[in-house]
Amino acid sequence: MALLEVKDLSIHFGGVKAVQNVGFNIDAGIVYSVIGPNGAGKTTLFNLITGVYKPTTGEIRLDGEVIHGKSPNELARRGVARTFQNLQICMNMSAVENVMVGAHLRLDRNLVKAALRFPGLKKRDAELRREAAELMDFVGLGQYVEARADAMSYGALKRLEIARALAMKPRLLFLDEPAAGLNPKETIEVDHLVRKVADAGITVVLVEHDMKMVMNLSDRILVLDYGKKLTEGTGEEIRKNPDVIAAYLGAHA
Amino acid sequence: MQKNVYKGLYLVIAILLVLPFVLPNSFYLDLAIRMAINAVIVLGLNLLIGFAGQISLGHAGFLGIGAYASAVLPTHFGWHPLLAMAAGAVATGILAALVARPIFKLKGNYLAMATLGLGIIISIALRNEAQWTGGPDGMPVPAMGLFGFELSNDKQWYWVVALLLSVSVWASLNLIDSPFGRALRALHGSEVASQVVGVDVVRYKVAIFVMSAVFASLMGSVTAHYVGFVSPNFADFFHSIELVTMVVIGGMASVYGSLVGAVLLTALPQALATFEGWETVVFGSILMLSMIFMPKGLVPTLAAKFGKEG
Repeated sequence: MALLEVKDLSIHFGGVKAVQNVGFNIDAGIVYSVIGPNGAGKTTLFNLITGVYKPTTGEIRLDGEVIHGKSPNELARRGVARTFQNLQICMNMSAVENVMVGAHLRLDRNLVKAALRFPGLKKRDAELRREAAELMDFVGLGQYVEARADAMSYGALKRLEIARALAMKPRLLFLDEPAAGLNPKETIEVDHLVRKVADAGITVVLVEHDMKMVMNLSDRILVLDYGKKLTEGTGEEIRKNPDVIAAYLGAHA
Repeated sequence: MQKNVYKGLYLVIAILLVLPFVLPNSFYLDLAIRMAINAVIVLGLNLLIGFAGQISLGHAGFLGIGAYASAVLPTHFGWHPLLAMAAGAVATGILAALVARPIFKLKGNYLAMATLGLGIIISIALRNEAQWTGGPDGMPVPAMGLFGFELSNDKQWYWVVALLLSVSVWASLNLIDSPFGRALRALHGSEVASQVVGVDVVRYKVAIFVMSAVFASLMGSVTAHYVGFVSPNFADFFHSIELVTMVVIGGMASVYGSLVGAVLLTALPQALATFEGWETVVFGSILMLSMIFMPKGLVPTLAAKFGKEG
């Protein structure tokens, strides 16, 4: 059984059918990419699966359990993590605290214990800080551990989001354009990072416009166009598919 | 957050310990007590406004509930003041929790309007239920007894309030740097990001709203017993605005800013008394100027200038 099963998924915003009858399966342990021209519905698809939007029709199952309609925080409990195309970093916090927030569900969140500074809680927080610092090291932000989030560059914040998602210890990680706006050197670093994450056993779903990166990393690729599934397959199959070439180049191939 | 944030707490405690011995007369002692009471309320309010990023324009209403519980229950029903105080806090907590769920579906201006309305309703209720509350004239509050001895003179009150303030500062510092506090700050920074890492944002907003309301209610009771008299003005809109102003002037999301804001805005009207009739104008100008030149509030602005964390 696939880790994530999506069947007949649709969402309409008024008359706009942003995603229409899209279905696919993602097996555990692979890197699965979603590509398509701008406005094809990739981010909407992410928002549907991660609970930010509720689907109009269709079904999403994680490990066999129906998850559509559940809120993002309920999905977080089931090991679904994501990053955002437009950065969602808490600028009012330090870099390492942003990562620590990722571990929210693994911590004792009791208000009274926190206010009275229970020793157990404090000890766990100190461990977590070390853990978060290691994660920042893992994503290549080792030198920013003491930094404030609002003092970091765009490229660094992109990776900080990945570190925060990893702090959740997710099973399934959605990366929404992790290389968008990055220079070629940073793009290669993110490419290596995604590979490292996948090698750590986390199933990665990737939306990305950098085709070199997509072809490099993906075990399977889903192509969307105008909210519909155009095709799905391995990198080789997608590269040769005339429909895909037509969608990207606008030619009547 | 670094270890050195607790250094400020030691400074606060040191000041509180020395203060009664250097104050020239009882006028200043009274002022110090009222500053400390306001500081505790503002600390709670800053957790809601500064840290969690939610506005409340009705907090004086919660103060009013606490104050009137301490006035009405012992006077009309013969309750022990401590019991009355607890009852006021529980009632406030329940009311805040009941209204918080629908209120926190709202954001920004709508949230401000809803809390404003709540505060006004409470203040109107206190004004109109004259057979219990004395109506617009207010009513006297019996003295507070603690374990057999009565809190009667200002010196005793000072030490009680100083203890409350020190504990509140300590607890606030602890809370901010904890999983609960990080979740609060995260939902302020990015609501959607905090949701996807598993923060149930409505629950956290409700929790901090209830907590700051209960803080306000308890301090309302303390004020009522200290002053020995309550009136509906205590619960009205202008008092709510005054409290929010203390948060903003002192510094949003700054524990020590809350203290500075409360101290300054409690002292300012006294200091401006010499302007006779113009004091509101001067007061307003000071607020405007400080917002124009220090939009982040006093303590964060100064902290940034001297390269230290607020």
